[in-house]
Amino acid sequence: MRDAADTVRAPYASYRTWFDQQDAERLRAKHEEAEAFFRRTGITFNVYGEDAAQERLIPFDLVPRIISGREWKKLSRGIEQRVTAINAFLHDIYNRQEILRSGRMPRELIANNEAFLPQMIGMSPPGNVYTHIVGTDIVRTGEDDFFVLEDNARTPSGVSYMLENRETMLQMFPELFAKIKVQPVSDYPKNLRRSLAACAPPSCVGKPRVAVLTPGIYNSAYFEHSFLADQMGAQLVEGHDLRVVDGFLKMRTTRGYERIDVLYRRVDDEYLDPLSFNPDSMLGVPGIMDVYRAGNITIANAPGTGVADDKAIYSYMPELVEFYTGEKAILKNVDTWRCSEPDSLAYVLDNLADLVVKEVHGSGGYGMLVGPAASKKELEDFAVKLRVRPGNYIAQPTLSLSTVPIFVDQGLAPRHVDLRPFALVSPKGIDITPGGLTRVALKEGSLVVNSSQGGGTKDTWVLED
Amino acid sequence: MLGKTAGGLYWMFRNLERAENTARLIEAGFRIALTRSQDQATGWKSVATTAGAAGSFSQKYQGFESADVINYLLRDPDNASSVLSVVKSARDNARLVRTALTTEVWSAVNDNWMTMKDLLAEPVVETELPKVLDIIRQQSALVRGALHGTMLRNDIYDFARLGTFIERADNTARIIDVKYYTLLPSTSFVGSSLDNVQWETILRSVSAHRAFRWLDEDDMTATSVARFLILDRRLPRSLIFSLEQTCSNLEHLCAEYGERHSCQDHASQMVQGLKNRDIASIFEEGLHEFITGFIRDNNALGQMIEQDYKFYG
Repeated sequence: MRDAADTVRAPYASYRTWFDQQDAERLRAKHEEAEAFFRRTGITFNVYGEDAAQERLIPFDLVPRIISGREWKKLSRGIEQRVTAINAFLHDIYNRQEILRSGRMPRELIANNEAFLPQMIGMSPPGNVYTHIVGTDIVRTGEDDFFVLEDNARTPSGVSYMLENRETMLQMFPELFAKIKVQPVSDYPKNLRRSLAACAPPSCVGKPRVAVLTPGIYNSAYFEHSFLADQMGAQLVEGHDLRVVDGFLKMRTTRGYERIDVLYRRVDDEYLDPLSFNPDSMLGVPGIMDVYRAGNITIANAPGTGVADDKAIYSYMPELVEFYTGEKAILKNVDTWRCSEPDSLAYVLDNLADLVVKEVHGSGGYGMLVGPAASKKELEDFAVKLRVRPGNYIAQPTLSLSTVPIFVDQGLAPRHVDLRPFALVSPKGIDITPGGLTRVALKEGSLVVNSSQGGGTKDTWVLED
Repeated sequence: MLGKTAGGLYWMFRNLERAENTARLIEAGFRIALTRSQDQATGWKSVATTAGAAGSFSQKYQGFESADVINYLLRDPDNASSVLSVVKSARDNARLVRTALTTEVWSAVNDNWMTMKDLLAEPVVETELPKVLDIIRQQSALVRGALHGTMLRNDIYDFARLGTFIERADNTARIIDVKYYTLLPSTSFVGSSLDNVQWETILRSVSAHRAFRWLDEDDMTATSVARFLILDRRLPRSLIFSLEQTCSNLEHLCAEYGERHSCQDHASQMVQGLKNRDIASIFEEGLHEFITGFIRDNNALGQMIEQDYKFYG
C-alpha cells in the first residue's frame, strides 16, 4: 500500500481516504459478518490429514488488494504471452518435439518426467488447446517487478474465492464500489462456459453439453466444483455417473444415458482412466482416453499438461517464451537452481539457509523448505533428502515480497501476498479476468500463503483507469 | 437430471422427514412419562420400537431409561437414524445435489445442520427437552418453507417430494402399528374404548391431536383414530394422503419425461386399493396384517422409483 517514501501508493489513495473515515468497531462487526456469511453458504475447504469431516473456512480479509489499470495491462499481456507459449510447448512436446531437437532443453527432462504422458503422443486435442484454464501465481517485489512463481497448468483452483470475495465485498461495502471504479469479475463463469464450449469436439452436434467432473463431496475443493457447475449451468458429475457407450462419454440421467461433449475435470491425470493410468482409480471413467483419442470428447485441461508446470521445466520458461512467441518474456522468472545439476546442488547445499527448496512435482506448499524460517535440525534433515534425490528438487532465492495491508485489531498491518489471475484459453483467444485470487500470509513476516498452511484471501481490485 | 442427483434429493428429504418424525415421537414419549406415573420404561420402549431402534438400542443399554432412549434417538452417532445422524446425512446429500437447490434451500439445510451440531453437542437434560424438540421441528419447517417458496415445480421438486412422502407414509404406518400393540393390555381390547391419554399419544406423534378434535368425533376409539390416520384424505400425515402425494408427483414426472414406468402403475394401484377400503374391513383383516402389508408395498414402491429413475449405477 505504501511505497519506499512511505506515502500511500496511488491506486490505494481513494480507498485510504474512505478507510480513514470508518469506525473501527463497525469494520470489526463487518468482519464477523463476512465469516458468518461464508460458513452459512458453505464456502469451506477440507484439509487433508485432518479429520475427514472437518470443513474449514479460508480466513477472509476485508481490505482489498488494489492494482491500477496500467499495472494490470502489463501483467495480463505477460500472462497471455506465457500461456500462449505453454500451449505451443505442449503441442510441440507431444508431437514434433522441435524444442528438444533444437537442443534448448535436455531430452531427459521430458523422458524422465512423470507428468509427461506417452498416451498423448501424436494427438492434438480439439482446437489445439491443452490448457483451457491456467492460474499463474505471481508475486511482486517492487514497483514494476512482477515474478511468476508457478504456472498452474493442470487444474488450478481458487477461482470460486475470487468470485465470492468480490460478492462479499459488494454486500458489505456497496458505497465503496460507487466511489471507486473496479473492473468486474462476475463474468468469469459465463466466459468459462463459452470458452469450454468453443473447444467442443468436431463430432459435437447442437449446443455443446458441458459437465464438471469432481472426485466427490469429501474433496478439499468440492465447494468450488459445485459452485462452478452451478454458475455455468453445467452438470456436476462423479466417475460413477459416467460410462463409455458406443464410443461416446455419457452420463446416467433419470431418463437414461446422455452424451457429454466437454468435460471440465477436477481430478488428476492419474485417476482419469483406470484402463490407461492408475488401475485402482474409482474417480475416473474406464475407457475415456479412447473416446478422447477418437476425438469424441474434450477434456479440460488436457491430460499431460502437467509437464508444462513442473518446477524443473519452469526454469526454462524464459527460453520457451522466446522460442515459441519470438518475443522476450514480459514477466520475470525467479532464479532457479536445478538440484539435478551437480554445480547447482553444491550451491544449494552451501546456501540452504537462504533459499526456498521445492519438490519438482509438489503443490499446495507441502514438502517445501523455507530456509530462513527453518531450524538447524530441519535444515540438516532436508540436506539429507536433497543428497538422496537431488533431481526431485529445485531451489529459489527468497524474494523480498511486497506487502499489502490487512485488517487487524490495531487497524492495518502489512502482510506478504501473492496473486493468481485466471486465464481462459480457446481457439477464439485468451481471456484473463481482471484481478484474480490474492492469497495472504496472515502470520506476521510469513511467506507461505497456501490456504492449507494457514493463509487467507482478500478481494483483488483492478481499477478502471 | 443425473440419476445420482435425483437419488440425492430423494434421500435428503427422506432424512429430513425422519428427523422431524423422530422429534415428534420423543415428544409423545415425554408426554406419556409426564402424565403416567407408573411403568415409564414401557412407554420409552414403545418409543424406541416405533423409531425402529429398539434392537440396536438394547445391544448398548440395559432396560429403557428415559435419558438413554432420548440420547440414543437424538444424538447417538451409532444410531444411523438419530436426529443428528439424519440431519448430517441430509446435509451431505444437499452438498451432493447443491447445483439442483436454490441458495435458500441450501442455506436452510446447512443452518439446520449447524444448529443441530451445537444443540446436540451434549446430552439434553429433561428440562431442556421441550425447547430442543421445538427447535428441531422449526428447523425442519424452515427447510420446507424454503423448498415451497423458492423451488421450480419441475422434476427436482418431484424427487424431493417423493422422498418426503415415501418416508412419511412409512413413519405413520409404524406409529400406528407399534403404538397399537404396545399400548393395549391385550388383544381383547381391540376396538374397545380406551384411555384417552393413550390415543392422544398416538395422535400427538403425528401432530394430529388438535385436528382430530376439530372432526368432532364422539369418542376417541381405536376405530376412529385408525380411520383418521389411515383413510382421512385431509390429514397431511395419513397413509392415504402421503400415498396420493407420491402418486401425484410420479404422474408429474411421467408427464414431464413423457415416459411411464412400473412405479407409476404400482402407486396408482396402491391408491385405488386404499380408496376402496373402509376401516371395518381393515379391522376384519387385522390391523397389524394390514399395516405390515402397507409398509412392504410402500418400500417396494420406493425401490421401484430408485430403479426406474436410475439413482444408482
